[in-house]
Amino acid sequence: MKDLKSQASKSTTPGKGGLTPEIQSRIGHQLRAMYDDVVRQGVPDRFAELIKKLDAPGGAPQVEIDGGSNDNNNGRD
Amino acid sequence: MPLTESLRNDILAAVPSLRAFAISLSGNADRADDLVQETLLRALANIDSFQPGSNLPAWLFTILRNLFRSDYRKRRREVEDAEGNYAKTLKTQPSQNAHLEFEEFRGALEKLPQDQREALILVGASGFSYEDAASICGCAVGTIKSRVNRARSKLAALLYVDGAEDFGPDETVRAVIGGSGG
Repeated sequence: MKDLKSQASKSTTPGKGGLTPEIQSRIGHQLRAMYDDVVRQGVPDRFAELIKKLDAPGGAPQVEIDGGSNDNNNGRD
Repeated sequence: MPLTESLRNDILAAVPSLRAFAISLSGNADRADDLVQETLLRALANIDSFQPGSNLPAWLFTILRNLFRSDYRKRRREVEDAEGNYAKTLKTQPSQNAHLEFEEFRGALEKLPQDQREALILVGASGFSYEDAASICGCAVGTIKSRVNRARSKLAALLYVDGAEDFGPDETVRAVIGGSGG
């Protein structure tokens, strides 16, 4: 493998999809490895709590969708 | 549809891949989690518009993607702190070698145009069909296919430049080197 710095030699590669199956599968493998690293972290508490809270009787708190004000303390518990 | 227990569980189950998608798009872990949070709030606030039986992950991904796009337009890559932040998100540090390769790959992914990157991730990592990816991105299936192809070609060119011969010479080169072959 050569280092990425040599991208100066970035020719006008037309990207006609002339990829070998080997390179295709290598890209696919790395892409999934990167992605799955995050997936394996599961659901952070922050989000589990959020969804749980909204499930409570009394329904969803009013949410400022435009994200202007950050009122965190609506109906704790 | 109302927020039933099972729907709530389905939304929770989609969170890990929503995060992975958000990080791949934004290259920034903190921003990604904000995006996911915003996505969940928006989804829950609009849960009535979700069609029971339709593809819940695709619906959530669409929301996240649209949020990212509007946010992205505002910010225009003001934060380019991708590498450091991304590495922080990893619980298990890969071995040194794998780590380097990984950073290279991330760097190359960052260089792809937005449209191509999201198409590649949706199809190649999230595992959506071309049809679902097209509906998430609001474009034609053929457009997704060509974006994915261009993304792969570009990644290959960025990462495996020394393997240029693997791509096969292009027409003009072939004409030159193959000239005497007759």
